[in-house]
Amino acid sequence: MTSYRLSQGGLIDRARPLSFSFDGKPMSGFAGDSLASALLANGQRLMGRSFKYHRPRGVLTAGAAEPNALMTIGKGGRTEPNTRATLQELYDGLTARSQNRWPSLDFDIGALNGLLSPFLSAGFYYKTFMWPAAFWEKLYEPFIRKAAGLGEAAKESDPDSFEKCWAHCDLLVIGAGATGLAAALTAGRAGARVILVDEQAELGGSLLSETATIGGVPAAQFAREATAELEALPNVRTLARTTAFGRYDGNVFGAVERVQKHVATPQVGRPVERLWRIVAGRALLATGAEERPLVFGGNDIPGVMMAGAARSYLNRTAVAPARQMAIFTTNDSGYALARDLEACGVALTAIIDSRPEGAAPGLYKGQARILTDALVRDAHGGKSLSAITIARQGRTETLRLDGLAVSGGFSPVIHLACHRGDKPVWSDAQGAFLAEDRKGLALAGAAAGLSGLAACYEAGARKAVALLDQLGIAATAGSVPTVEGDIVAPATKPLWSIPGIRGKAFIDFQNDVHRADLALAVREGYAHVELAKRYTTNGMATDQGKLSNVNAIGLLAEARGVSPAEVGTTTFRPFYTPVSFGALAGSSHGKHFQPVRQSPLHGWAKKNGARFVETGLWYRSAWFPRTGETTWRESVDREVRTVREAAGLCDVSMLGKIEITGKDAALFLDRVYCNGFANLPVGKARYGLMLREDGFIYDDGTTSRLAEDRFFMTTTTAYAAGVLNHLEFCAQALWPELDVRLASVTDQWAQMAIAGPLARTILQEIVDEDISNEAFPFLGARAVSLFNGALKGRLFRISFSGELAYELAVPAGYGESVADALMEIGKPKGLCAYGVEALSVLRIEKGHVTHNEINGTVVPADLGFGRMVSAKKADFIGKHMLAREGLTAGNRHQLVGVVPLDPAASFRTGAHILAKGAAATLENSLGHVSSSCYSPHVGSTIGLALVRAGSSRHGEEVMIWNGLRGEYTPGRLCDPVFIDPENAKLKI
Amino acid sequence: MRYSALSILKNGLFGNKGWKPAWRTPAPKPHYDVVIVGGGGHGLATAYYLAKEFGITNVAVVEKGYVGSGNVGRNTTIIRSNYLLQGNNPFYELSMKLWEGLEQDFNFNAMVSQRGVLNLYHSDAQRDAYTRRGNAMRLHGVDADLLDREAVRAILPFLDFDNARFPIQGGLLQKRGGTVRHDAVAWGYARGADLRGVDILQNCEVTGIRQSQGRVLGVETTRGFIGCNKLALAAAGNSSRVAEMAGLKLPMESHVLQAFVSEGLKPFIDGVVTFGAGHFYVSQSDKGGLVFGGDIDGYNSYAQRGNLATVEHVAEAGKAMIPALSRIRVLRSWGGVMDMSMDGSPIIDRTPIDNLYLNAGWCYGGFKATPASGFCFAHLIARDLPQTTASAFRLDRFERGYLLDEKGQGAQPNLH
Amino acid sequence: MASLIACPHCGRRPKEEFTVKGAALARPEPQAGADAWFDHVYLRDNPRGPYQEFWHHTSGCRRWLVVTRDTATHEVEEARDAALWNRETAR
Repeated sequence: MTSYRLSQGGLIDRARPLSFSFDGKPMSGFAGDSLASALLANGQRLMGRSFKYHRPRGVLTAGAAEPNALMTIGKGGRTEPNTRATLQELYDGLTARSQNRWPSLDFDIGALNGLLSPFLSAGFYYKTFMWPAAFWEKLYEPFIRKAAGLGEAAKESDPDSFEKCWAHCDLLVIGAGATGLAAALTAGRAGARVILVDEQAELGGSLLSETATIGGVPAAQFAREATAELEALPNVRTLARTTAFGRYDGNVFGAVERVQKHVATPQVGRPVERLWRIVAGRALLATGAEERPLVFGGNDIPGVMMAGAARSYLNRTAVAPARQMAIFTTNDSGYALARDLEACGVALTAIIDSRPEGAAPGLYKGQARILTDALVRDAHGGKSLSAITIARQGRTETLRLDGLAVSGGFSPVIHLACHRGDKPVWSDAQGAFLAEDRKGLALAGAAAGLSGLAACYEAGARKAVALLDQLGIAATAGSVPTVEGDIVAPATKPLWSIPGIRGKAFIDFQNDVHRADLALAVREGYAHVELAKRYTTNGMATDQGKLSNVNAIGLLAEARGVSPAEVGTTTFRPFYTPVSFGALAGSSHGKHFQPVRQSPLHGWAKKNGARFVETGLWYRSAWFPRTGETTWRESVDREVRTVREAAGLCDVSMLGKIEITGKDAALFLDRVYCNGFANLPVGKARYGLMLREDGFIYDDGTTSRLAEDRFFMTTTTAYAAGVLNHLEFCAQALWPELDVRLASVTDQWAQMAIAGPLARTILQEIVDEDISNEAFPFLGARAVSLFNGALKGRLFRISFSGELAYELAVPAGYGESVADALMEIGKPKGLCAYGVEALSVLRIEKGHVTHNEINGTVVPADLGFGRMVSAKKADFIGKHMLAREGLTAGNRHQLVGVVPLDPAASFRTGAHILAKGAAATLENSLGHVSSSCYSPHVGSTIGLALVRAGSSRHGEEVMIWNGLRGEYTPGRLCDPVFIDPENAKLKI
Repeated sequence: MRYSALSILKNGLFGNKGWKPAWRTPAPKPHYDVVIVGGGGHGLATAYYLAKEFGITNVAVVEKGYVGSGNVGRNTTIIRSNYLLQGNNPFYELSMKLWEGLEQDFNFNAMVSQRGVLNLYHSDAQRDAYTRRGNAMRLHGVDADLLDREAVRAILPFLDFDNARFPIQGGLLQKRGGTVRHDAVAWGYARGADLRGVDILQNCEVTGIRQSQGRVLGVETTRGFIGCNKLALAAAGNSSRVAEMAGLKLPMESHVLQAFVSEGLKPFIDGVVTFGAGHFYVSQSDKGGLVFGGDIDGYNSYAQRGNLATVEHVAEAGKAMIPALSRIRVLRSWGGVMDMSMDGSPIIDRTPIDNLYLNAGWCYGGFKATPASGFCFAHLIARDLPQTTASAFRLDRFERGYLLDEKGQGAQPNLH
Repeated sequence: MASLIACPHCGRRPKEEFTVKGAALARPEPQAGADAWFDHVYLRDNPRGPYQEFWHHTSGCRRWLVVTRDTATHEVEEARDAALWNRETAR
């Protein structure tokens, strides 16, 4: 059934037929068709159902503003709901399905809503469904949600890829119609860096639907020649299928290029969509204008279409919009369609012109009957238009026909000019909202209210020259080619309300907002344009009011008796047309959501059988299961015991490492740590506490003095980046007079902890220097020579585990070999690899804190570090806020240990601590368990907790309350150090 | 006019011509007992409860734009009471209880919908933090459930369980959390306050605060001077600017938070889900749009609009959490200006000026707090005593060191 | 916020390379007293209009900058090195 396809004409490629399906029905079209034009050519008028009343709808536009012809295309992870048939290029094998109907598009039960429409007026749901209270979630809302939405989302992952890029240019031209092509040609010929974007598959804009000639050739040919010239210029980039969707600060535009949305199976290795961030020296909006619908009864019946869209289907894709047409217009543009219809042999019954004077004399030479001073009052029909009622000078007349083209004037497409908060200005002369040229941006052509190809061409060239001039680039506008056969349509007085309508007169087609809804909003006090929008949902559909907003404003103005200028617009916001998550996310998803950091010892850990755990961006070795071990606990307990009894090796490379040098480095450290560092001798390490300026602990770590003017700082893994930023801030912004240099060396060093009674014996085998307790005592820190001078490293005698322990740092590239060698040497002595789980057990047993305890709300005294805070130093970060009442109060949460009364019982981190016998209320919560583990040393679960006045509560019986898991464990508070409180093990 | 199914039937039969304005448009009186600055959710709720609960009806709400033109009309509509700290949790639970009876109370269907709020966790540390939080909730009688990975999968099978950079381990669920139709909250409170005699003065911008001898006399506005016995500020987003008119410098910055809605889809996400490995949270409205957001843009702003980088971050996290979002299109983005306080918690307190009251610093959590905020602020204004659950929201807590820092981020507002 | 910031060392770079800290305030002298320190750490002018704040070129030269920016329009007027700002302005 291809009888709507004209036998000749159009830009379609009749040599390339394409087959596709709609709701399972096979159809065919040609290359160059949109899905909408192909459906029309196949006689498929009914393309969708509206949101609320499920009214049958056909295609209304031929572009981005389409509110009705939304369908789901594609399959599986390529399923795309709510696709505008008007913008979707036809491809071979395309499958399209209609939406929001059940059981079928032709017969939709939801259409019954239309019968109830008197009771479903705007905002009706705010006034009911309130009784009984429980029924909202149980009955009303599930029912509403069942009916909600348009298309259905896929549940599968997208098999295709997306990418993002930046581009910079002198002039960004948005829209490649007559205006945009003129601007791009002018700027391109002048040598400026130009980017020209257009949302259509082919550059040319309205020229592709035009029958006029430019420079003696058909407009479409002119567009193709101009495109060819632009594409040959090395300084010009043309981007078809690219929608500029937003304007952001700094004249940066977001645009999305549909690279492979017009093919059935995208090529692997190329994205389906590409996100462009275009930094524009200057930008020209040549975005054209949107034709306005007219608000008569039944203006939504399939067969009613915008006049410009009808022209586009007719001229560009050689499709007759109907068999028997009429045109309802308020301006001269409707006559261009009349002329083209007759030229194509489509029957035109009448032109209904709302103006008493009608068109300019001589403008129209065709045969159709012209009714001036006439209005279409109502359109009739169900799933297809069958007749219209015309009101003229007090009389009505009914015409039988199946197509009505409508033009209510034009609204310039000014969205991008208003995305940064600039308000549009109502022009009585233009009968439209216009945007003003701004710094960095101008509008030209129809986007600035012009009509006529010659005028648009001239303006595009002229504005390009002016914009480039602002950048110091000289360009000349050149002459405007001769245009023939163009119908220029000067702006006319807008027609808002049509009297006497009987049927529903729609303003927002998709959301089913009709004239009576707006009237109701005004009656109920929601007359402000924003309130009217929010109360009626006008302008909130997927087309974001492109067709409806100005009509709504006009009708609100009429109802309030003011000018549209006083009503104003709602806020223009991105996105101009909707943009996919895929395009915005680019390649960041799945496993590539965030980058991966791997320690230089990752390979070592892997071959030792490590189980890895995500820690920030790192993968850390968590534990090293051995044959026969069935649970992680078994492995961890064994690793802990081995460290306590023999020795273990743990990868600590991911700790932040910062080299601090300069003659003022010691002074600098004195200011960034709350404890003293100026007196730290060369060759020694010290534990440091770093506060925020508000007095709370920020991070901790050890810092070693390697020379008078050289320190090596370690930070926690999580705060490595933050601490460096902070130190740089202190050095640059607070104390630039200090001679201090900072460098992150986290990635330069592989660092391993060797802990346990046998640690020294093992290490001494590779360290050339004497590392006996006398030669290299606790907290020693020095450069060492390894493997008989083969390698230089750094050795620190520090301990997180509470055992005799060292941290050995070697250049990252040698890390794995050194660790391998140590494992080999240590093997006879029982050395094992241990992971962060065992490390955590060891440190909890020793009462060492991590960010579980340093949670941003603790001060040094809370953790028993009160005496570390220097009283001598005149200044350090955090000193001046520490004395506040709330930070020194006796009932602050303080670090304690906690054990179960019954060693066989256990508890978990996150449980709260209640006084024994206290009622389980939040007021009675004394604190919480911040860390916990099973301790092989103690033989039970142990924990660290932050408890109100905890340091004076050792020995107190408590309830360890975990209602979330139904675990209630009687316990006792105790000293947080469970092993070797005298630190004897560290000093042997 | 009372709203009911019957009133809809009656009016529907007569062409819906009988509906009356939801609230009056009165001219300002020269003097009120209480003037509230800010006709958003909090200001209107304060007026409503002043009138309804405390019998103070000679009240004006002055609003520079239209009713609900601030953050109550531009948020992601989430309600929850899953707070950690003793100073916060009871307040938000009071709010939740008020939400639960709100529609019958003010005779306006705000679509309070308790379809659950689920916070995903991806690591042991996050699980432990949620355990602590969930236990704090349970201790206060707030519902909380810790779900493991399979329980989450049973509810939300389309999350990325199999190919994630940060695999989902489980989640903390508050079943009573959910969403509310945000505009309707402003309208319901406005209508309810108006019915009880409160004057709602739209298009009435405060330009100055007139003081004498340490007391506020009233406000200068674009509609003239309006006197009052007590002045109450509820102008979140612009609190610093309004307070400055009274010579106060506040512990807060104004930041922009963006929010987004997708095209309408058949509902497939029932409740609210928040991602634990990036900044993303999402729910699906009764119209079918996915309503979602992420983190604040991070810089001080009064512009009500954000930038593309944040949009991209949010979309990245969204697709990482739900791979099938890839082909879903984002329809619109917008921005609201937040009072970001120095510890991430709000202020409901008296000020150094005797009859000036402050409600501010809601960060991005103000919407869910609307009923309790209005109730507690009304309590404070009427009785000059803080309501029990709001007694930690003191203005002097920063100076005295009693901070309410849920995240432990310290005195840097853009980190809260 | 500008989508690009003109780093005095690196030229115009995307905003994503930078980290914002907050108000560019001179740190009080150690003996300035509790009120001055409280004001410094907790109180903010928070103006609508021109504002100076610290930005860090984290993924670039790693210098801290003082950026003068309008909080209503997001226009960036100036970006200078914080050390320079410190020497000339902060004291």
